[in-house]
Amino acid sequence: MKIDTRTPLLEIKNLGISYYTRAGEIPAVKDFSLTLRPGESVGLVGESGCGKSTVAMGIMQYLGRNGGIVGGQIKFKGRDLATLGGGELRDLRGGEISMIYQEPMAALNPSLTVATQLMEVPLVHEGVSTEEARERSLRMLADVHIPDPERVMASYPHQLSGGQQQRVVISMALLSNPSLLLLDEPTTALDVTVEAGIVGLIAEISRKFGTAQLYISHNLGLILDTCDRVCVMYSGEVVEEGTVHDVFSQPRHPYTRGLFDCIPLPTADKNARPLIPIRGQLPLPHRRPRGCNFGPRCDHFREGACDAGAVRMEAVHEDGIGQRVRCVRWRDIRFTERNGGEAIRERAEAGDIVLHVDEMQKYYPVDDRSLKALLTGRTRRWVKANESLNFRARHSETVAIVGESGCGKSTFAKVLMGLENCTGGKIRFHGQDIGQVAVQDRTAEQLSAVQMVFQNPNDTLNPSLTVGQQIGRVVRKFGVERDSRKVRERVLRLLDIVKLPRDFIHRRPRQLSGGQKQRVGIARAFAGNPALVVADEPVSALDVSVQAAVTELLMDIQREHGTTLLFISHDLSVVRYLADRIVVMYLGQIMERGHTRDVFDPPYHPYTEALLSAVPIADPNVDKREIILDGTLPSAVDPPRGCPFHTRCPRKLGKICENERPPQHQAGSDHVIACHIPLEELRRVDPVIQLRPPPDDVKMPSPVA
Amino acid sequence: MSDISKSIQPAPSVALGLLKALKSFALLRESWVGMIGVGLVAFWLLVALLAPLVAPFEPNAQLQPMAKPGTAFAAGGSFWLGTDQLGRDVLSRIIWGSRTVLVYAPLATFCAYVVGIVMGLAAGYYRGWIDEVLSFVANAILSFPVLVLYVLVISTIGPSGLNIVIAITFASAPGIMRIVRGLVLDLRNRDYVAAAQTRGEPGWYIMLIEILPNARGPLIVDACLRLGYVVITIGVLGFLGLGLPPPDPDWGGMINFSRPFVQIMPHMVIFPCIAISSLVLGFNLLADGLREISLRD
Repeated sequence: MKIDTRTPLLEIKNLGISYYTRAGEIPAVKDFSLTLRPGESVGLVGESGCGKSTVAMGIMQYLGRNGGIVGGQIKFKGRDLATLGGGELRDLRGGEISMIYQEPMAALNPSLTVATQLMEVPLVHEGVSTEEARERSLRMLADVHIPDPERVMASYPHQLSGGQQQRVVISMALLSNPSLLLLDEPTTALDVTVEAGIVGLIAEISRKFGTAQLYISHNLGLILDTCDRVCVMYSGEVVEEGTVHDVFSQPRHPYTRGLFDCIPLPTADKNARPLIPIRGQLPLPHRRPRGCNFGPRCDHFREGACDAGAVRMEAVHEDGIGQRVRCVRWRDIRFTERNGGEAIRERAEAGDIVLHVDEMQKYYPVDDRSLKALLTGRTRRWVKANESLNFRARHSETVAIVGESGCGKSTFAKVLMGLENCTGGKIRFHGQDIGQVAVQDRTAEQLSAVQMVFQNPNDTLNPSLTVGQQIGRVVRKFGVERDSRKVRERVLRLLDIVKLPRDFIHRRPRQLSGGQKQRVGIARAFAGNPALVVADEPVSALDVSVQAAVTELLMDIQREHGTTLLFISHDLSVVRYLADRIVVMYLGQIMERGHTRDVFDPPYHPYTEALLSAVPIADPNVDKREIILDGTLPSAVDPPRGCPFHTRCPRKLGKICENERPPQHQAGSDHVIACHIPLEELRRVDPVIQLRPPPDDVKMPSPVA
Repeated sequence: MSDISKSIQPAPSVALGLLKALKSFALLRESWVGMIGVGLVAFWLLVALLAPLVAPFEPNAQLQPMAKPGTAFAAGGSFWLGTDQLGRDVLSRIIWGSRTVLVYAPLATFCAYVVGIVMGLAAGYYRGWIDEVLSFVANAILSFPVLVLYVLVISTIGPSGLNIVIAITFASAPGIMRIVRGLVLDLRNRDYVAAAQTRGEPGWYIMLIEILPNARGPLIVDACLRLGYVVITIGVLGFLGLGLPPPDPDWGGMINFSRPFVQIMPHMVIFPCIAISSLVLGFNLLADGLREISLRD
């Protein structure tokens, strides 16, 4: 397709958007300018509450009753959107501008078939015949790589997997042949291997259809994989923009730089190169500081300069195009290789084995009352949530359990905590078998020894009780202290440990931010001096800068107390950063386990290989081999025989994978791979991730004296 | 250290509770619907409290039969709302009758809530056979026509204030149980409940401390609505002759008693009707207002 790349498609100038609430006018976006040319894709990246979704809604002229554009101009193909009437806007929305949202299930109507929803687009916008609409829908489904489009057309949304749903949503957005596609976190609700497929598809779309894209995400790695240019937003303003290459290899704004220091890139290491969290919090929209919004959190803040008045965007290069930054001091700031110069931490030595998991198995019965089941006599089937798990965890060691949703990692945590009983095998903790001991039958010591940090910060604390009451209850319950003054002292000390102000003891959860709630959750878990803490995705719901702080906090407490940490996660970047050993699970079974460096280097299990490739990495100096898995995760009810991964495995050998349980290769000391492929062959595989030395022209400027 | 500990001594909970009540009142002030509700309910509360002061006559004194509203009484004062066929002042009877309603309606609602909450918590938290048994009992009661149920219960145990409370509890608790059960089924999956379970908290602690307080929002709104219904129910019971035994003033009983004269002397019936509906309206509007503020952040 031929694209006119000179005239801009979308031109936003000094856009300001405000919301009106009881507290008064709240400016959500200030002084936002962006030019998007046809076929170009621009990323909008920032933490929650920075105004990135508001920009998209502003472009759609869809701000709700309490929002409004207070300044500036949005021009689409030369027309000012503010001057358009209702009918013209309707034609524009879903016609020339399409939007893709985060939750595919919420974007599709559950009571209509995919065919009805897809065909509606050309029928409404172009008034074509039913046959043609059908024809075009089928073609579009094939274009987004949906296998068997005929079947998908006839299905209802709930009959499709999340990845397929999102593909349907994308095809719906593309059916009207839009010239601009707004993508608001399109893969955040999906698993990493599915995400990799969607990201590949989105990149392909812009090549194939020449659609311009505005890609909104909190994930810098994804932006690097999908976009040409990037705008970094902070507290309602763009603080830095430029080509992806410029911004990622030479960030100029302290906030951008800070974000990169928060992400566990392959070069980070929990002992030698720890993450550097950005201190403080995002200012509330109606309590922004004077001058630079980032000022109070910035290490390079200088009184008189940074808080003098509104900061304007300045071009970094003399020709005035390319990278631009909103910082008065960008010329003076020299980022050293390591921004904060954190002290190198001592490696904690792993001690004796505290947890033995032997052939542990958890099946859930499912009663099938269908006629067919009654006739064949198979009325009871089993969900095999965990199948023969074997691993060990040592004193003061971090063991990560990695896998996508539905791999059985949370079920394992439940059994370990005593919320469920295992149906076979043994879980021995300090020599005692606790796999069959339900939580109400455990002794006080057993209870206090194993505690948990939960995933969702909004769910982890009881909204009706104060922080002090919740932590204090644990202290009392586990008999650490009984006297009420001593309990209070212990609670205050715990607040110190998780680096929260002491007066938080009287706060209620709704007065805390997500990261603060998660810290309270950690304090609660450590209140009874546990020997083992299970952390179920403790940072995945948090913003990048907060993630780093909470991760570091967990590591610090663990180092100090010698706690064994079972870290459950789907994110291999975080896991590489903090885990000593890794257990990779797929459909309830362990595919590979071993020391972190062994798992991240060949030989890999083919599933580990695909997972490694799927995780986006926000480092332009990393070369990654692309492996995209086909198909969807099979159901855990009657999982595939043989190797559970054979339905999606790119290295499948043949019948043997379908029929026989894979052997356990010993690839090294304590490194086990369950695969039919001979070990020698697996060893010959190239590494998925390779670090390139940074080229000379983009080397970090050396520090000035 | 010591000064910090002193400065964060727990504040007296009474003062805190009062502060919170004031705060929610301040929020309610923004909803004019809620404010009308507050006004109506407060009006009847005051009337009931000050009945001996504001009622012009003895409620049961037979003064002058069938007086029209506004008639002056020979011994002083006037019958602002007229008198009934026995010559009792309608206004005074309404005023004294408000005491009956405002004592028994909240009492009955409270008892129904205690029973309903206990059943709902047990059914929703423990699930399994407890849930099946309790839900079956609740459904069985709910499938009965309400009026028949009241007539059955009260004609078995006899009409009295206490028995009204028992009958209303019996008939309303299953509905409350269903609401509570639904809320508990959602709340029991929260992580803080799992956290309590994994530290070995007993069931009653989890239900009363971890779950119930977080279900309070919808329950408070429902309680206000239900108070309104109970006011109607007490009226209906009085009308059916199942309310307080005569001659004590009772709004429903007044309507029933004067029913034969409704065509020639409508005031005997209309004013007690207005009293009932204004109080019910008050509770319903208050519930609407509360729901409105609970929907906001």
